[in-house]
Amino acid sequence: MAGIKVFGHPASTATRRVLIALHEKNLDFEFVHIELKDGEHKKEPFTFRNPFGKVPAFEDGDLKLFESRAITQYIAHFYSDKGNQLVSLGSKAIAVIAMGIEIESHEFDPVGSKLVWEQVFKPLYGMTTDKTVVEEEEAKLAKVLDVYEHRLGESKYLASDHFTLVDLHTIPVIQYLLGTPTKKLFDERPHVSAWVADITSRPSAQKVL
Amino acid sequence: MKVYGDEMSASVARVLLCLHEKNTEFELVPVNLFACHHKLPPFLSMNPFGQVPALQDDDLTLFESRAITAYIAEKHRDKGTDLTRHENSKEAAIVKLWSEVEAHHFNPAIFAVIHQLIVVPLQGESPDAAIVEKNLEKLGKVLDVYEERLGKTKYLAGDTYTLADLHHVPYTYYFMKTSHAGLINDRPNVKAWWEDLCSRPAFLKVSPGLTVAPTTN
Repeated sequence: MAGIKVFGHPASTATRRVLIALHEKNLDFEFVHIELKDGEHKKEPFTFRNPFGKVPAFEDGDLKLFESRAITQYIAHFYSDKGNQLVSLGSKAIAVIAMGIEIESHEFDPVGSKLVWEQVFKPLYGMTTDKTVVEEEEAKLAKVLDVYEHRLGESKYLASDHFTLVDLHTIPVIQYLLGTPTKKLFDERPHVSAWVADITSRPSAQKVL
Repeated sequence: MKVYGDEMSASVARVLLCLHEKNTEFELVPVNLFACHHKLPPFLSMNPFGQVPALQDDDLTLFESRAITAYIAEKHRDKGTDLTRHENSKEAAIVKLWSEVEAHHFNPAIFAVIHQLIVVPLQGESPDAAIVEKNLEKLGKVLDVYEERLGKTKYLAGDTYTLADLHHVPYTYYFMKTSHAGLINDRPNVKAWWEDLCSRPAFLKVSPGLTVAPTTN
């Protein structure tokens, strides 16, 4: 469908979340590059799209959105008949997905993002990785991954027996962490390790790298 | 439907508000937070992260208050208040957007302030003034965005009350008990919005349970 635009940066985990969802749905879209290193996201006109000054922002015709997980949920529901099914039907199945989205958002992402910042982005900006922070955050991530390990022993994907937004939302952070020593936390947990290999090998995930 | 938790927990209150907006019957099963029952095995089998609330509805067990409110709002979408604008995909997306804003921008800042001023003293420690100051500043910036938004729409996601507004209520209620209530009161659109949220019958049923108060400001 014509009219979808994503305003973001190709390296941004939140932007990638939205791009992966669009690829899962085989949707055409225009990508508008926002230059983060020039602070473009903190200035007008971008702040008209997101007053919180963060990428991505999104447009579909006259609908304007920000917040990556609101965008992916819109894509999943509005384009439910296109591409891969990213949510489930039925109140209870939807609730389990909603719960999984909250867990990723409140437990996995804050910790995972800190580890990505320390180990991937700080070195790119000429800053030094803080090893104490890495150690503390890895300890927290280990606990979240223990919950995921248990869950993935019962179900092929986090919220269902098919791939959903709950799995999708973790991909950008996981992709970065696989290039750092934190990878060991995924490798040490057999169900998590198999799930990581599965979701990161999806064509949609490969397209954002 | 059974809700496991304590009425004084803001996250539990989020769920209770939603149940009342939907006029839904439920049973509140107490979990003794001061005795840390939420960190012990029977409760952990419902939420491995050891946090209230949890919900049981027949064979479904849920945790995460915002997933629970979404479930209740969807299951009972045809009764009570329309909390999700489910009949219109685009309006529903805007509700989701401002719900994400509450979760990612508003809540971390306000939670940090409430935690220092109300919870930390209950644990016998002194509040960290630097954390309070930093988060009041962040919260102020978020409220500036809200002030502008609420100049254009009556509620955050549009002209009707939705989950995007509801999710703010319990922590804001606690915040208004602190000496920093000016952050809300000094912004006319935010203040009017808050007063409206407090006048709702569902709120009047839930607020008596929100009993903790700052011992220091």
